[in-house]
Amino acid sequence: MLYVQVLVNGLVLGGLYSCIAVGFSLVWGVLNVINILHGSLIILGSYAAFFAYQYLHINPFLFVPVAAFLLFCLGYAIQLAFINRVMGSPVLITLTLTFGLNLLLYNLMILAFKADFRKVILSPPLGSINLGGVIVPIDRLISMGFALALVGLLYALLRGSRIGRAIVAVRMDREAAQLMGVNVSRIYAVTFGLGAAMAGAAGSLFSVMFPISPETANALLGKAFVICVLGGLGSVPGVMVGGLTLGIIESYSALFFGPEYSVTISFTLLILLLMFRPTGIMGRRGYQ
Amino acid sequence: MMRLIALAAAVLLVILPAVADNYVLRVATTMMMYSALALGWNFIGGFAGYPSFATAAFFGLGAYASGVLQTKGVPMPAAWALGGAIVALFAAALGRAILHLRGHYFAIASLVVAEVLREITNSATDLTGGGMGLNLPVLSLDVTAQARLFYYAMFAAAAAALGTTALVAGNRLGFGLRCIQQNEDAAIMLGINTLRYKVIAFILSAVFPGVCGGIYASWVNYIDPTDVYDVLLSVKPIVMVLLGGVGTVMGGVYGAVLFLLMEELVWRNLLQFHAGLLGIIVVALVLFLPHGLRGAGWAKLRWRQRTGEAAP
Repeated sequence: MLYVQVLVNGLVLGGLYSCIAVGFSLVWGVLNVINILHGSLIILGSYAAFFAYQYLHINPFLFVPVAAFLLFCLGYAIQLAFINRVMGSPVLITLTLTFGLNLLLYNLMILAFKADFRKVILSPPLGSINLGGVIVPIDRLISMGFALALVGLLYALLRGSRIGRAIVAVRMDREAAQLMGVNVSRIYAVTFGLGAAMAGAAGSLFSVMFPISPETANALLGKAFVICVLGGLGSVPGVMVGGLTLGIIESYSALFFGPEYSVTISFTLLILLLMFRPTGIMGRRGYQ
Repeated sequence: MMRLIALAAAVLLVILPAVADNYVLRVATTMMMYSALALGWNFIGGFAGYPSFATAAFFGLGAYASGVLQTKGVPMPAAWALGGAIVALFAAALGRAILHLRGHYFAIASLVVAEVLREITNSATDLTGGGMGLNLPVLSLDVTAQARLFYYAMFAAAAAALGTTALVAGNRLGFGLRCIQQNEDAAIMLGINTLRYKVIAFILSAVFPGVCGGIYASWVNYIDPTDVYDVLLSVKPIVMVLLGGVGTVMGGVYGAVLFLLMEELVWRNLLQFHAGLLGIIVVALVLFLPHGLRGAGWAKLRWRQRTGEAAP
């Protein structure tokens, strides 16, 4: 029974992880930029949800679209103002640029929010339900539902909408898309905005489940990276598989080795995977 | 003329402890340390073009290896050397695992190494003291003598790094690494054993931070995981090399000196916004001076071209 409980915990965690990583994967896949800001954008979304709950008493789950919209605007602006200027540069340049922006954002968050850990504590608490011996907290269950729904929404957006098709076209072949009349730099900005919006939405959900602090951002960034590599870069379903896999692995490794080794274990796994199957579980070749 | 200036600078640096006060000596020691870190990064990041963010991992591992050895009774200089050797072995093993990754994958894989080592150091409480940190044996020397000792130690590390850089830049290894940087597939076609070259460059980029970590641990007498695995230890050397010129021999030294002068003069007045200002400088550097100060003249031209391309 313990193993089933751990599996369920892993799946619930994994749902949120997919949502955390999907924006990161989108930006990486389309812009070919590692967005070091991603972890901080998630935390920014968490803080927005936290303050909305504390001062305006808006439920964090209902705040998800607002956080997504706010972060979309921020991401769109960041891409237009900074990152568009170095598109196509070597990795070192784009990575260092987002790193610098992240340092700035981190410092601003420390100044504005302090480094103390905070958490949204819903009142009244939602409690938990017992599914045949497996106990699931309801707030986590709703978070997972929201997270997976958001990932599905992004998938539908990329598959079905005009702008989504343009994003996919730019990912496949930038020049050809440009010749077909796609405004590439605008698509880059929209893509980065969408990535940030997913981060903001994930952050709102995160604030219900975990304590937040600007210091958490790096750990989230690391997880997003591991998930992308696990699932394989370049597809939304891949991220979902990667997220759920990481959630399950972390739950079981916490059971067997203790939670203090979670980074070590996921990183060791990452190196092994990169050595033997660099395209990930669901990935295709050609995205290195 | 250049030789004369270089000779004068070297003489000045050797006699510096005799003429300067402890404050200047401390700043100079920091400059030496960061020069060694920047020169170390330049082997893998500059010559080979692999964006490594592992400097903090090597520095921290060196600091802890040498610190733990000293608490077990190994004499200080031997502990520094052994620490460097341990870091070199670690880099050799790690390099074999992650150097076949390219671009983003390599960058992030190297970035996570420091996190992992920090976690392990935190958990191995009986050996490292965990989050409590590690106290090193106190030297029975007076303050001035200690300041001089650590200045010369860091000076030696930086000089060794510079000498190795000059050596590598002029020989087969440096040529091979530049080939890898320009076009790795073509380098393989030409018969360069790229993995071997990259691993050697990675080891060189690890040894100097490793030894510096050991010296630093003895210098400050107390280390803790958040201090010696600080991600800024990975980023600052990169910024310095970017500032001084990527892939050049002296770039790391110029960058380190300039950067730390800036830090001393400007940032100590802005303690609350230290990281933020560093971020602004990094962003400005990448956007306006992607080729460092030496490329300042024609960087503007490229800047215009690039913006023209990005907004059609």
